[in-house]
Amino acid sequence: MTDLSMPQTQTRTQSATGKIALRWLLYVLLGLFALYYLMPLFVMLTTSLKSLEEIRTGSLISLPREVSFDAWKTAWASACTGIQCEGLRPYFWNSVLIAVPAVAISTLLGALNGYVVAQWKFKGANIIFSLMLFGCFIPFQVVLLPMARVLGLMEIAGTIPGLIFVHVVYGLGFTTLFFRNYYVTIPAELTKAARVDGAGFLRIFWSIFLPLSLPIIVVTVIWQFTQIWNDFLFGVSFSEAGTQPVTVALNNIVNSTTGVKEYNVDMAAAIIAGLPTLLVYVVAGKYFIRGLTAGSVKG
Amino acid sequence: MSEWLENHLPKVVLAPSFIAVLIFVYGFIGWTAWVSLTRSKLLPKYEINGFIQYERLFASPRWDTAINNLYLFGALFIVIAMVLGLLLAILLDQKIRVEGVIRTIYLYPMALSMIVTGTAWKWILNPGLGIESMVQGWGFTNFEFDWLVNPDYAIYTIVIAAIWQSSGFVMALFLAGLRSVDGEIIKAAQVDGIPTWRIYTAIIIPSMAPIFLSAFIVLAHLAIKSFDLVIALTGGGPGYATDLPATYMYAMAFSRGDIGQAASSAMIMMLVVFAIVVPYLYSELRAKND
Repeated sequence: MTDLSMPQTQTRTQSATGKIALRWLLYVLLGLFALYYLMPLFVMLTTSLKSLEEIRTGSLISLPREVSFDAWKTAWASACTGIQCEGLRPYFWNSVLIAVPAVAISTLLGALNGYVVAQWKFKGANIIFSLMLFGCFIPFQVVLLPMARVLGLMEIAGTIPGLIFVHVVYGLGFTTLFFRNYYVTIPAELTKAARVDGAGFLRIFWSIFLPLSLPIIVVTVIWQFTQIWNDFLFGVSFSEAGTQPVTVALNNIVNSTTGVKEYNVDMAAAIIAGLPTLLVYVVAGKYFIRGLTAGSVKG
Repeated sequence: MSEWLENHLPKVVLAPSFIAVLIFVYGFIGWTAWVSLTRSKLLPKYEINGFIQYERLFASPRWDTAINNLYLFGALFIVIAMVLGLLLAILLDQKIRVEGVIRTIYLYPMALSMIVTGTAWKWILNPGLGIESMVQGWGFTNFEFDWLVNPDYAIYTIVIAAIWQSSGFVMALFLAGLRSVDGEIIKAAQVDGIPTWRIYTAIIIPSMAPIFLSAFIVLAHLAIKSFDLVIALTGGGPGYATDLPATYMYAMAFSRGDIGQAASSAMIMMLVVFAIVVPYLYSELRAKND
């Protein structure tokens, strides 16, 4: 109830304090949520720097009394993934060897495809694009069995080229989508004018479209790199002992049942496996988010 | 000849990708559909035998668990991630000074592999050394938190980790939606003295219906495909208490040597995805062509 006798200024200061309190509450809430998201990373980091003895006796969220990088060394160079004990290192490089060519090839093909679908429409181009787009949404379980056989027939089963091939094929839908949605915003008159001037299909792509494409190339490369680096399903299905990507090796280290459970090594290995994509995110977060939203909300 | 090439170059460029998609997506779906109708065991057979694999599938208690887990996990994951994402987006939309930093913190789990996320949460939820022992260390010696190894509750640990991973992303979707609402309408409402919460519930949120749909599609899609997180966090266990269709399919295909079951479970997964995605894509493509 409003007290009419109350001076105006007092209500105003009251609502001002109310506003400040609300503002504080807002920041406290946001801070608590930030802690919630940061907590697992913090726990991973501190656990990886503790000794096993301290892990057993100390608390989950306490800081390490003595910082030790032994777990990191073990995780990188000598942790056991099953019978082999070479750490994550060889598998980390496998992931690099898989991701770099697969990202490059699928991005290049996506750029060309997107250019055709957006600017060189021919009869049926829309249907072809829809069919390719559709391929993005299938659960990959439905292609695992035949792919295993076809990789065998192509004699690249269990090899790194085999995994590159798989990632390129199932990345095409998304890379095409990204470039198509970007090139569709470029006026068709530009292509027409260039054709009148005698420039051909490839020339127009090379000297007009490609120079305009830097932002979408960054988005696509980041998207593809994150997808391929973080992939587990294809990695575990189509690799063998020496060719596993880092995610598969990490899972093997964590779930290997032999010997004493070294939680600090597990955590160090998890951080190592997550570091490349985390770095990409920190450095180019804007493009990462753009890819996520474009990839999920079609575009 | 070169003129023909120049005229047909667009088609020539698109052809390899299109053929690849035809074979490796549609051809492979066809192959899996075919094999799901056979008696294939360790090796595929091509003699059609009706729906025997689907009958076996629906009679299997393990598949039953996987499907029930998918419902439970999917419902909780989608609802909580959406509510949390919307809440965070609204909180962040109040002209926060360090918005960029906070947004970065909320969203970084999305950059991590599910295997990394699973490994981290497996450690945090470890009954002997994780949260349980931490809270006991604070003096609550009766505190118990053994969901990770409890067959009745293990599925909820997957919900916890999945929400941690994906809610920031839902926040980003909603935040973009909040920012795209017509500022004039909001200003007009403010001038009329309508309280902020009413502006949200009556004007802003209803106008974001398409974003809700997008978020739902993305989350449902993530839920159905969930595989890595289960493998890393619980391995499908204890027993097969946290099996999902994706882990069932994988077990049948690669450790049980039961290709018929693997194929039929994969087909069911695809039908579920299609039931959700096809109407959405169809309406999207139509809206765009109109």
